[in-house]
Amino acid sequence: MTDTLLEVKGLKKYFNTPRGQLHAVDDVSFTIERGKTLGIVGESGCGKSTTGRAILRLLEPTAGEIIFEGQNIEELSDNTMREMRRDMQIIFQDPFSSLNPRKTVSQTIMEPMQIFNLYNSKEECMEHVLHLMELVGLAERLVNTYPHELDGGRRQRIGIARALALEPKFIVCDEPVSALDVSIQAQILNLMKELQNQLGLTYMFITHDLSVVNHFSDDIGVMYLGKLIEKAPADELFEHPMHPYTQALLSAIPVPDIHYKTERVLLKGEITSPIEPPKACRFAARCRYATEQCHNEDPEFREVTPGHFVSCLRLGEF
Amino acid sequence: MEQKDVLLDIKDLVVEFRTDDGVTHALNHLDLQINKGETLGLVGETGAGKTTTGLSILKLVPSPPGVTVQGSIMFDGEDIREQSEKVMMTLRGSEISMIFQDPMTSLNPVHVIEDQIAEVYEYHQKVSHEKAVEKAHEILELVGIPADRGKEYPHQFSGGMKQRVVIAIALAGNPRLLIADEPTTALDVTIQAQVLEMMKDLRNKFGTSMLMITHDLGIVADICDKVSIIYAGHVVEHGNLEDIFDHTRHPYTEGLFNSLPNLNDRKAMLKPIRGLMPDPTQLPPGCPFAPRCDYAMDCCSKSKPKRVYRNDEHYVECHLYNEQNIKEGGVINRD
Repeated sequence: MTDTLLEVKGLKKYFNTPRGQLHAVDDVSFTIERGKTLGIVGESGCGKSTTGRAILRLLEPTAGEIIFEGQNIEELSDNTMREMRRDMQIIFQDPFSSLNPRKTVSQTIMEPMQIFNLYNSKEECMEHVLHLMELVGLAERLVNTYPHELDGGRRQRIGIARALALEPKFIVCDEPVSALDVSIQAQILNLMKELQNQLGLTYMFITHDLSVVNHFSDDIGVMYLGKLIEKAPADELFEHPMHPYTQALLSAIPVPDIHYKTERVLLKGEITSPIEPPKACRFAARCRYATEQCHNEDPEFREVTPGHFVSCLRLGEF
Repeated sequence: MEQKDVLLDIKDLVVEFRTDDGVTHALNHLDLQINKGETLGLVGETGAGKTTTGLSILKLVPSPPGVTVQGSIMFDGEDIREQSEKVMMTLRGSEISMIFQDPMTSLNPVHVIEDQIAEVYEYHQKVSHEKAVEKAHEILELVGIPADRGKEYPHQFSGGMKQRVVIAIALAGNPRLLIADEPTTALDVTIQAQVLEMMKDLRNKFGTSMLMITHDLGIVADICDKVSIIYAGHVVEHGNLEDIFDHTRHPYTEGLFNSLPNLNDRKAMLKPIRGLMPDPTQLPPGCPFAPRCDYAMDCCSKSKPKRVYRNDEHYVECHLYNEQNIKEGGVINRD
């Protein structure tokens, strides 16, 4: 019996633009098991961040169901939703703009606790702040410093401490290490992994960096132009990528090994416009296997081998 | 190595930024050499002095607060530091070009693309505007953009295409040295692959020497011939690809490799370098890496390590090594 924490069904998020509707997220469905990490990869503009935000209802989804611990959070009133947010938090990409420059480290971490009136006294609150700082590896002496006094890695640790303040079950991590140097990136990734083991957290890990997502995730979903086009356990995806886009994406990673030789699949062109996309495979315009059919039919997202989902019409033909 | 093969030779370069808050030591006795037709990767983290190195070569370090204290930058036998601004203006864009990191901000938003490229020809080759635009179209095709899009403005281009335009501008003067400052950092991985392939093609076609500034060892493995690892404004290890990737010697270089997630073994915990880069206004007296180094000894925090050569090319500056043990390796564990 699997223990599903979050189930997303047919999630859509459209934005109105002067040139028509922009299909940022278009009919995306997946589940995340408790204590696991789902990695979502894709290039800029593919809708991965929008998906993350729509799940937390930071952006109101256009359609679809988001079932968290058996409850459809789409139906919740604003007040109940606010309570629900204690269980669902987010860590943002940019530790430079996601922290209030006028708040000290302790004020930033304390704010969520104050909103929910979690503690009776300021002392109790402060005690918890210090506990969180220790948990994420921030020295106690930094308690009264402001974000501008700190480097990127430390700032991201504040972002993590803030997300943990309400003891959530589920955290959306939106490119949490993209803005950091490799040596700092490794520190933060290790920290997040330790916290997951320690606190039993469930993550949705959004990134464009495939080596990071591979390292971090149990399952990986690949998005392209608002669609989830492939999803599989991490090892399976890296060993047997089935969708032509996933194959190209994996082959494009520069590998820091001079003996590693790979046939690089170069894609023609760039991501096409997500505004009023035609009913066709979104990748067809750049796909080297595309046929007439691919330009006229929207492929179904189906399970090809256990746990491995792909949407491609010509699967198995190449 | 015969002397005449060397295109760029930086020796003992010291650059400081002097502000009211103190003196930032950006480059500390930096040595760098690029031979003709070669691509050198300059690898380091934020604040290591990579971009300052690039700007120094073009004599574009903002002054004040930037001050070049000592050292020489020999480009094709002439010291850049002694050139007048007038001479530099003829060098920049024709002999030495630079591709900046962010294609979104390095193009002028109010001029059409073809005029921005044509400017290079008009300025350096003194050709008419019509002729220059014609040449601009040729180079646009070369970087994979249809010539008829030359009439468009930067905002009508995607990120990858803008970076191609920036590369076209850099190549228009047919430079002998191309400085590429993190040219693909702002791009998606599939677009990055396109741009890197294109840069490789063009380099082979024109025989351009290249300084590839990057923090990505994957890109280095892909495109460079030699590598210099820079830490706190100083090259701590230098060698060809094989030296650096297969015979890593410096603990910092080892740390950079170990920080990268391993695609083949995803269960392994990452081994980050502990701590942070030293404050460039207060560099430690000994080895700048000593406070973060797992192998640090007493002498490391007291004196600067000497350069030890493993072969003609490969050297490392670290107290762990002497002429004998550097050949054997031994000290460093890389998996």
